[in-house]
Amino acid sequence: MTKVTMTVNGKAQTRDVPDTTLLSDFLREELRLTGTHVGCDTSQCGACVVHVDGRAVKACTALAVALDGAEVTTIEGVAQGKELHPMQVAFNDHHGLQCGFCTPGMIMTGIDMVERYKASGLPLTEEAIRHELEGNICRCTGYHNIVRAIEDAAQKMQAAPAAAAE
Amino acid sequence: MTDGIGARAKRKEDRRFTTGKGKYTDDIRVENQAYAAFVRCPVAHARINGIDASAALAMEGVIAVHTGPELKADGIGDLIAGWAITSKDGSPMKTGVWSPLVTEYGRYVGDAIAIVVAETQAQARAAAEAVEVDFEELPAVVVADKALEEGAAQVHENVPGNLIYTWELGDEARTDAAMANASHVTELDIVNNRLSPNAMEPRSAVAVYDEAEDHYTLYTTSQNPHVARLVLSAFYNVAPEHKLRVIAPDVGGGFGSKIYIYPEEIACLWASMKTGRSVKWTSERGEAFLTDAHGRDHVTKAKMGFDNEGRIVAFHVDTIANLGAYASLFATVTPTYLYGTLWSGQYDIPAIYGTVRAVHTNTVPVDAYRGAGRPEATYMIERMMEVAAREMRMDPAELRRRNFIREFPYQTQVILAYDSGDFDAILDKAQKAADVAGFPERRAEAEARGKLRGLGYSTFIEACGLAPSAAVGSLGAGVGLWESAEVRVNPVGTVEILTGAHSHGQGHETTFAQLVSDRFGVPIDNVQIVHGDTDKVQFGMGTYGSRSGPVGMSAVMKALDKVEAKAKKIAAHTLEASEDDLVIENGEVKVAGTDRKMGWHEVALAAYTAHNLPEGLEPGLKEGAFFDPVNFSFPSGALICEVEVDPETGVTEVVQFTAADDFGTIINPMIVEGQVHGGVTQGIGQALLERVVYDEDGQLVTGSYMDYCMPRADDVPSYVLDHHSTPSPNNPLGLKGCGEAGAIGAPPAVINAITDAIGTDDLQMPATPMAVWQALAWARSPVAAE
Repeated sequence: MTKVTMTVNGKAQTRDVPDTTLLSDFLREELRLTGTHVGCDTSQCGACVVHVDGRAVKACTALAVALDGAEVTTIEGVAQGKELHPMQVAFNDHHGLQCGFCTPGMIMTGIDMVERYKASGLPLTEEAIRHELEGNICRCTGYHNIVRAIEDAAQKMQAAPAAAAE
Repeated sequence: MTDGIGARAKRKEDRRFTTGKGKYTDDIRVENQAYAAFVRCPVAHARINGIDASAALAMEGVIAVHTGPELKADGIGDLIAGWAITSKDGSPMKTGVWSPLVTEYGRYVGDAIAIVVAETQAQARAAAEAVEVDFEELPAVVVADKALEEGAAQVHENVPGNLIYTWELGDEARTDAAMANASHVTELDIVNNRLSPNAMEPRSAVAVYDEAEDHYTLYTTSQNPHVARLVLSAFYNVAPEHKLRVIAPDVGGGFGSKIYIYPEEIACLWASMKTGRSVKWTSERGEAFLTDAHGRDHVTKAKMGFDNEGRIVAFHVDTIANLGAYASLFATVTPTYLYGTLWSGQYDIPAIYGTVRAVHTNTVPVDAYRGAGRPEATYMIERMMEVAAREMRMDPAELRRRNFIREFPYQTQVILAYDSGDFDAILDKAQKAADVAGFPERRAEAEARGKLRGLGYSTFIEACGLAPSAAVGSLGAGVGLWESAEVRVNPVGTVEILTGAHSHGQGHETTFAQLVSDRFGVPIDNVQIVHGDTDKVQFGMGTYGSRSGPVGMSAVMKALDKVEAKAKKIAAHTLEASEDDLVIENGEVKVAGTDRKMGWHEVALAAYTAHNLPEGLEPGLKEGAFFDPVNFSFPSGALICEVEVDPETGVTEVVQFTAADDFGTIINPMIVEGQVHGGVTQGIGQALLERVVYDEDGQLVTGSYMDYCMPRADDVPSYVLDHHSTPSPNNPLGLKGCGEAGAIGAPPAVINAITDAIGTDDLQMPATPMAVWQALAWARSPVAAE
């Protein structure tokens, strides 16, 4: 067992956990933040994507004990109180989700991608969005409306100050 | 603000899903919870000689290890096939015995042998590894046609030759005679590749036994919780129905794979009683590949005869369907009544005959997966049409039009009577939306870039909402296929709809509310949809086969009719008017042509205060209904795919995909479009990427997302959609169902486009770069030219 402290969604959290504890298990089982989903066991599906120190990370590939002192944002920490993040709104506006299981990972990936392209000044084209989504599998939507949602959110986030949600 | 029928209402359920507050089975944690893991058969076929759990039981946190004979001794029943198929010689089908935990033989890699219960998930999984199974490996058979060969390994003693049934449909003599007189005959060998459904949420179960009440609760990833309770009770003998509550909370996709009641749920329920602990099991993805029912897996020889004007005169089908090691719940009906009944496609075919031989193999059971039988039929027919057009040097669209059915209802030669449709109109729309006229130019432009561009059609019809119950019963179904609904109007005028349909991505919380909004002018936010809990909802058959709309919504409509009639009685009494003069508009009950009216909430309140009701009328405003359709509904569509193939690498890119569908009445176009996007993508996945592979010994080779290729965002294009509606006369709303259409129609469109591009029809799914490159190389080789 190792003591680990992280800031999760703005709140310091300390737990004693086995060294083998994955970040996804730490979030789901220790903190009961069950919005981070586990859809595979090979880090392919991306349902578990969270932000660690401002970067998108598959929570099933990270060990909790290696993240002592890290800042973690999960899907539960993206909205500002009752006001949803533009990416969350866009997924609703464009029907970018059906069963909802991959959605938290899609939204976290979407936010990360928009912020990175914004910072780099590169255009976030449909081709770029589809390429960036390679690590996130959705079985319901066929991606069409996920792409529309990210395009729309990107426009709205362009107007907003960078990394407002982090 | 109301959102009635036809509105693009945004989904009410999205807020919880976009904020991480959805509640899926694995998110549930109950009092006294322990965890289960399963010991599984490591080889495809084995005699189990003994199980030594002593090492596992000695490990930290391990509570119990239980095996098949213990369940059997406790009276737990074997798993059932829900549809009895009769062979053409009149004999009943023969299926092997499927015990929830094996008692003597393991018959596929992953077959459950023992359940391990421990304090933590990690402890349970580690202990499962430590259970020693003494087994003797036996010969295995994996592939459908090999299972029928002389000397093939026998999967079950009571199923000689591994043959479950030889089913036939149609008129053999007439078909043979017509074929003999045909001026052109197209023959094709077709493999429909085996798929894994891969709902993104893995299966999960939380079983809670309450000793004081002798009562069980099961939280589970189910598309049909009432059917699960019925089967667990009546057949698996876990508990009588009134002592078993099944709850399917948020469910992360199903596509058929979560219809079935699997061994794990049975074992967890029983183990909860045995150990006195709540028992939770969640599948890993690797475990899902091993144990979730697979789909498709047909090998077919098909023959289609034409007259000298391109009219189909005869169609002959010979299919072998692989059902895997055991006959799962809908496995036996999928390659028969859900397959053969669609052999006429959109075409007026005067003579059809086919047989289906279903076989056991040492692989995981195969059952209904999105489309279920209808994709297999459509792929075969639509490949035949394209190949025939090429052989007869006809335009493939023209060949289809020459054979389209144009008068409805249309009685096919294979049981079904199509309700409505306009196949010319949908093909016109698809051709226009896809700019077929501009294709030669696009092809030339691609050629200049060194790419081979091809265009392929698929004009499909399918059957949704299996019905009526009496008819399916006469064909061997073990259940009725109606749906139920209850409409509860609260005293303040808000409404609850209880439905036996289950939403696992389909958006029922929004679309079912739209029906109420449309009828009473109540905002959709004032309507709550209750589903997925056997304690709350009366009964229901669940969601599969695109039935929630045509059957589930129809039950809601019937109940709404009753509520409306009673509300009008109450309002007429209060307003001193005739019921016949009342109209309900914008949330008000009005006397037509006057200014006399009551608010909807006032009528509701009057029903519950009961101070002034018509004489003899019961208080309250709540009605239930069951709906049993008179026939299936028949969605149809025209899909056009354009691909570009790189001849150097065989890599295929779907550059344009157009779908024009006839779903009858559309409740919410946004949601219907989403269903088409998802269905088409699964169809493209089948055509280009996906295939379950077992090696010769029956070991699963494609056991993870690194080996089984799921469609990613950059594998598919944005879609072009259109629709043309001919409402179904078989239900009050005119709905046809839209959930499976894309997966049914898309695969042949893709393969027809690729084979158009590369100039050879010698190509099976999935059209991987290697398969396409090889087909191209073979077609261009001097040997093939001879």
